[in-house]
Amino acid sequence: MPLIMPDLRPVMPEIVMTVLALAILLADLVIKRKETIAFLSIVGVALVTYVLVGSMGTTFNGMFLSDGYSMFFKLIFMLNVILTVLISVKYIVIEKVNFGEYYALILFSTLGMMIMASAGDLIVLYLGLELMALSTYILAGFIRYDIKSNEAAMKYFLLGAFASAFLLYGTSMIYGLTGTTDLKAISAYIVANGLSNNPVLMLSMILFAVAFSFKIAAVPFHMWAPDAYEGAPTSITAFMSVGPKAAGFAVLGRVFLVAFGSVRIEWAAVLIPIAILTMGVGNIVALSQTNIKRMLAYSSIAHAGYILLGIIAGTSDGMASVLNYMLIYAFMNIGAFAVVIMLRSEGFKGDNISDYEGLAKTHPLAAALMLVFMFSLTGIPPTAGFMGKFYVFMSAINAGYTWVVIIAVMFSAISAYFYLRVVMYMYMKEPKETVQLSTSPAIGLALAITVIAVLAIGILPSAIVNFARNAVAGF
Amino acid sequence: MMEQVIMNKLGFPILSTLIFLPIAGAALLLLIPRAKESLAKWVGLLVSIAAFILSIPLFTNFDKSTHLMQFAERHEWIPAWNITYYLGLDGISVLFVLLSTLITILCVLISWNAIKTKVKEFYISILIMEGAMIGVFCSLDFMLFYLFWEAMLIPMYLLIGVWGGPNRIYAAVKFFLYTLVGSVLMLVGIIVLYFYAGRTFDILELMTKTYPYNMQFWLFWAFFAAFAVKVPMFPVHTWLPDAHTEAPTAGSVILAAVLIKMGAYGFLRFSLPLLPEASRAMTPVMLTLSVIAIIYGAVICLAQTDLKRLIAYSSVSHMGFVTLGIFALNLQGMEGGILQMINHGVVTGALFLSIGAIYDRTHTRQIADYGGVASVMPVYATAFMIFTLASIGLPATNGFIGEFLIILGGFTANQWAGVLAATGIIIGAGYMLWLYQRVFFMEVNPKVAGLNDIDAREIITLLPMVLLIFWIGIYPNTFLGFMHESVRHLLERVNSGGVHEMNIAKNIAEILK
Repeated sequence: MPLIMPDLRPVMPEIVMTVLALAILLADLVIKRKETIAFLSIVGVALVTYVLVGSMGTTFNGMFLSDGYSMFFKLIFMLNVILTVLISVKYIVIEKVNFGEYYALILFSTLGMMIMASAGDLIVLYLGLELMALSTYILAGFIRYDIKSNEAAMKYFLLGAFASAFLLYGTSMIYGLTGTTDLKAISAYIVANGLSNNPVLMLSMILFAVAFSFKIAAVPFHMWAPDAYEGAPTSITAFMSVGPKAAGFAVLGRVFLVAFGSVRIEWAAVLIPIAILTMGVGNIVALSQTNIKRMLAYSSIAHAGYILLGIIAGTSDGMASVLNYMLIYAFMNIGAFAVVIMLRSEGFKGDNISDYEGLAKTHPLAAALMLVFMFSLTGIPPTAGFMGKFYVFMSAINAGYTWVVIIAVMFSAISAYFYLRVVMYMYMKEPKETVQLSTSPAIGLALAITVIAVLAIGILPSAIVNFARNAVAGF
Repeated sequence: MMEQVIMNKLGFPILSTLIFLPIAGAALLLLIPRAKESLAKWVGLLVSIAAFILSIPLFTNFDKSTHLMQFAERHEWIPAWNITYYLGLDGISVLFVLLSTLITILCVLISWNAIKTKVKEFYISILIMEGAMIGVFCSLDFMLFYLFWEAMLIPMYLLIGVWGGPNRIYAAVKFFLYTLVGSVLMLVGIIVLYFYAGRTFDILELMTKTYPYNMQFWLFWAFFAAFAVKVPMFPVHTWLPDAHTEAPTAGSVILAAVLIKMGAYGFLRFSLPLLPEASRAMTPVMLTLSVIAIIYGAVICLAQTDLKRLIAYSSVSHMGFVTLGIFALNLQGMEGGILQMINHGVVTGALFLSIGAIYDRTHTRQIADYGGVASVMPVYATAFMIFTLASIGLPATNGFIGEFLIILGGFTANQWAGVLAATGIIIGAGYMLWLYQRVFFMEVNPKVAGLNDIDAREIITLLPMVLLIFWIGIYPNTFLGFMHESVRHLLERVNSGGVHEMNIAKNIAEILK
């Protein structure tokens, strides 16, 4: 059998990313200034983004798809890397974990996400997921001397391993049923053989739902998230709350809409209770948090619930609204974490909500930025958060799930309470002690990018919405 | 659709200017160093005066002979969802824009010395508030309306929470959550409407469609959630006393004069014309809630010991008149309702301004801490007397015209509603006169002895209100003339179409089927 060289163009971004990650790992040995490595990472990611633009196509016999959908997600991942690196530079010095591997692991994790977004086959999906997850476990425990960070990594690893097992179990069942791991072929086989009511198919679909729910931190599979988010280095919390979640949604959308497209009603019946529980638990438990990282962890759980509505809608508008939301979420959430990171300084953790008391008086600009991010996370116009929620709710209503949206908006109103509490501490209380801000040009740039994006998308969302719509057009 | 509106023929886009001039002023304030407080005040004042001057053409150039939207502007905004930037005014909304621009100036003036912390931020909030309020009244696109409606929450939350009284944080959060819960339900309703009408948020286009009664029924309650909280109607009024009491004077004035009018405006602009059949079917419920609000609000006033809280509850009672007039669904009632919205804005706004003026001197709101103020501050006492009498509805003041028309309309719609509403006026006279007696007459309380009478700045602040009270009271046609055509057109629409009995149980059963 002659060896045919597969078309490498669609997979070129991943190849460049791999080379980049390895190069960063090696460069760490010779470059002593870690800021240089951070800079090189950003340059490398910019190069990957450049390669990404011309990489449309399918390769490896349909196992690897580079389409508008994966492209959109990969852009979110690139954005996630760049913003994470920008907010990390000073922070990891303060945390005394200024090692080059940090950047290499972020890149490896992102590579895993990229492979997930492009997976046309369950095996490729699994490979990407493991690469992403293993790198992120290490990053979560990157502050070696901190017991909380260790705990975060441990919990994340154990529960993540469970999720992987569920995923493999589901994969093996679907393979046993259909004899293939190719998503399109699975769908075709189900339709051709009238397997829509097959119990094994249902069981496997539920197993997939469970595995992906772990990854997007949906209730009741969210238990790891608050501890992992609190213990992990804050920059990695920001990274985890966007990247792996987006990747989880990428595969959730791809697997459920493509492979399980013919049993949409059934999986919607599974995902609706998950979405409602996720919004409910996330928003209600967030009310009682005193640690801002834990609060943002529960907030992140709640947002996964809103985004699930877009998947549940099951339409192309629904998918476009998921993409749109994920992108907006990346901006507003990393923006909020950037402010959290600025409060961390030598000898001051700054992760209690009460540390924000009187911030508007001592640091008006930081407080104003946090105000914008908090209102955006609440979903108050004219911020991007509103446009994200609006589109998701709109597509769910159009698909006939008005009652679910009514529940969602009520939870969304409840969420205002804990986001506003941060604003209240900043603006309506007097400062107790003077909080030192750890600013740097890099974090300033990250904040500028995020706040401009949050306001610009909030006022003129058309470009992003059309982009998301085009991305799912060929889905 | 263009033929249904009269595009703006002035030399400049007047409505956009009115919305964005204050917001641009706020942006300008951002650039001013925090230490330059008096500069911030002057910028705030000049911008608000400029906005008021620019709004005068709305008064002089308004075509009273048509119900069509005027001064209209329309631009593409979010084509992906067919959301347009679409502005226009008719006889129902035009007066509120004028009221907003006037009230903002007075708010800036009354806060001149009262606000001592975060001065720059205060004026930024006031100006953004002004832009958003005007936006709410001008929007002809439902989403644009919703955006302004929600965006308003941010500055108002800050106004109450940052510059308010001792219990301000509780009041601010309560205000925010109440309003938000109502609004998001309306959002669901808006989206449902959007898809049913063929993906449009254009209010005028939405009005050309008819919706099945069952859908109207649910939309009515979804909109009710948003508008009734804002009015506020009984039983969702409980945020108002807290918000009014704790807000700084300017916040109370904006709340009383403009913000709570938006609820009633929402009923007029959306619920009635879009959902005529449901609105008519729900009339008994709305009239009952209105009458309860009138009497309950008035009775509660008798028991208040806090000046601002008393006026806040009187707002509940007065807004009950407004909703009664609107849901009487006849010309007198509705015109009376709209006029009463303006009246209440003027009178209650003036009362809060007055209370703010004396609070700046005494720093107490307890009625028991006052007494004999008339002999210490005679000019102030005169102004307050005028506002009190207008609030009671004495003939020759604006309150009389509004309440008279409402009771006339209410009586036509339902005799009991008219009779019961009239008792609200009697109790109203009771609590207002008793308040006046306790504060201004009787022995001079040592706490108020030696206070300075109101100064020129405060007189300038109160004077426009006095003038409006008599202008509307003696020659209401200036103002009623604006609304005749629009109200007539609205009633035509509401009173056309089939009749449906109000049967909530049946509706729920149909939905569950």
